[in-house]
Amino acid sequence: MAVIDISNISIEFPTRRGVLTAVENLSLSIEAGEILGVVGESGAGKSLTGNAIVGLLEPPGHVTAGTILLNGRDITHLPESEMRKIRGAKIGVIFQDPLTSLDPLYTIGRQLTQTILTHKKMSHAEAKARAIELLNEVGIPAPEQRFDAFPHEFSGGMRQRVVIALALCCDPCLIIADEPTTALDVSVQAQIIDLLKNLSREKGVATMLVTHDMGVIAEAADRVAVIYSGRLAEIGDVRSVIDAPKHPYTRGLMDSIPQIGQNLKTLPNIIGAMPRLDARPEGCAFNPRCAKSKSICRQQTAPLIETGSDGQWAACWAYEGGNKYV
Amino acid sequence: MANFILYRLFQSAIVMLIVALISFFLFNFVGDPISNMVGQETTVKDMDELRQRLGLNDPVIVQFGRFIVDALQGDFGISYRLQRPVEELIAERMPATLELVFVSAIIAIGLGVAGGLFTGLKRSHWFSKFILTTSLVGISLPTFIIGILLIYIFAVKLNWLPSFGRGEVVDLKGGWSTGLLTVSGWKAIILPSITLALYQTTLILRIIRSELLEVMRTDFIKFARARGLKSRDINYGHALKNTLVPVITVTGLQIGSLIAFSIVTETVFQWPGMGALFIQAVQFADVPVMSAYLILVALFFVVINLIVDLLYFVVDPRLRAEIKN
Repeated sequence: MAVIDISNISIEFPTRRGVLTAVENLSLSIEAGEILGVVGESGAGKSLTGNAIVGLLEPPGHVTAGTILLNGRDITHLPESEMRKIRGAKIGVIFQDPLTSLDPLYTIGRQLTQTILTHKKMSHAEAKARAIELLNEVGIPAPEQRFDAFPHEFSGGMRQRVVIALALCCDPCLIIADEPTTALDVSVQAQIIDLLKNLSREKGVATMLVTHDMGVIAEAADRVAVIYSGRLAEIGDVRSVIDAPKHPYTRGLMDSIPQIGQNLKTLPNIIGAMPRLDARPEGCAFNPRCAKSKSICRQQTAPLIETGSDGQWAACWAYEGGNKYV
Repeated sequence: MANFILYRLFQSAIVMLIVALISFFLFNFVGDPISNMVGQETTVKDMDELRQRLGLNDPVIVQFGRFIVDALQGDFGISYRLQRPVEELIAERMPATLELVFVSAIIAIGLGVAGGLFTGLKRSHWFSKFILTTSLVGISLPTFIIGILLIYIFAVKLNWLPSFGRGEVVDLKGGWSTGLLTVSGWKAIILPSITLALYQTTLILRIIRSELLEVMRTDFIKFARARGLKSRDINYGHALKNTLVPVITVTGLQIGSLIAFSIVTETVFQWPGMGALFIQAVQFADVPVMSAYLILVALFFVVINLIVDLLYFVVDPRLRAEIKN
């Protein structure tokens, strides 16, 4: 059984000028110990999906259809009091900017023990021991001394380690990492990615790695889901998606990443831009930018269709005739 | 830390020196002190003698030095109007003003913080909207109108509370007379303290609210939610504490202004405090009283500012680190 199993969820924002569908009919699942990379442009709906799982959608946004199962339990519409007990305990969240994720007025030790004591019945001394163990685990040197340090006394990379320690406090089964490396420099990025990879392998944590950086995906993810304009464009094993992308959007995305040794005069790009939520075209959202669009692409949204035997699926009419995801 | 305090004390001393200079010049520019002191029949010769005796022919810098030395010893001269030492007059009047300010400050901080929290955390609640609308009234109506309105309703129409004075006072050791130990004293302080506190309450309320709205949008509050913390811990532990630095600044300054603004309230309610003394002094060009009042109010502001600066350190570890380096 998958740790997290999202099927056909839609997220809508009612506004004065009508309802905006930010995420539509999106399905994905993550197994224990697996890292699923979720890529897409800004505004594609990848962070929203993460927020929907932990029940932190900013109102008026809300899930209007579909189900979210955590270890088989439906958590789609849990009341806030129940959801709060899951957040931080079963699901750990890591946000983009470690510089602003920590409360500047409290020591990191206090923030760690506060989180632990909120979810677990233990004494303060036990919580402190656990916090130091966590700091050690995420690679903070001299954790006993650093326990009483304030966030501003840490570098960006170290702060992100603290944030990860906070997400791991109560041994979650799922970690949602929303752009965990975007605010960090490249060498620190690699360390944080390694850390996330090890945690997921050793502890069997399912990880949802939301990012727009294909390099990070290639480095860390087992599988990858590509989101375009609130819909899943393609999902599959990371090597197959990178080496043999099936959806025209994924293909364009891969082509636009320059490679060392490639002698290019201009960088290939995809003409046009992702449509705004209130101006999404009929049919496939990508059809105006797609060189191979057919008449059906302009009329009907393509379902996810299996493109091969290795579990790669693409929402593209080009593969019509293959197995359809229901 | 000690260095920082010393440095701030030094700064405060400079501020006080400048204020002292201004109030010193009051003597020289607001009329001729000699003609203020003497009667109409005094001869020019007597006046010159008096001028010589009081040292008013000395160089300005010597006079200023003497003024400072006297002021440091609590000697502000003799009131022209009442012919009594100014420090005595002020000592008599100070308890009334400070008690009024103290009660007002408690009202302002108590209601301001509670109202700010409520309107900041429950933004769309009908009561929040009600508080915000009525707080606009508090900000826009002048103090004396509110005072007169309160007198009209509670003293004249309902006859519940006295319209003027301090009620019965009890003399404590050290010359402090308090109205807070008698029922009539408490009754008398209700209307003036509400009048004085109203503006500051709305100001504190609105600042806490807007700071809270700002803080609630920050990443660390979002992250605190994602950690599954209880909303009580998030609201009071993380959000409120992060609004404190600007709130302390404003509240500190507002307590200073309570002392300064008490002039109007004291006049409306005939409250026998320093403000009323000052107003009378202005009407009679009683310069020694005016200058002593000026210095005293400045001293309150300086002391409050110093306390505010020290409170920053208690609240914000980043400032502690800055000072260490």
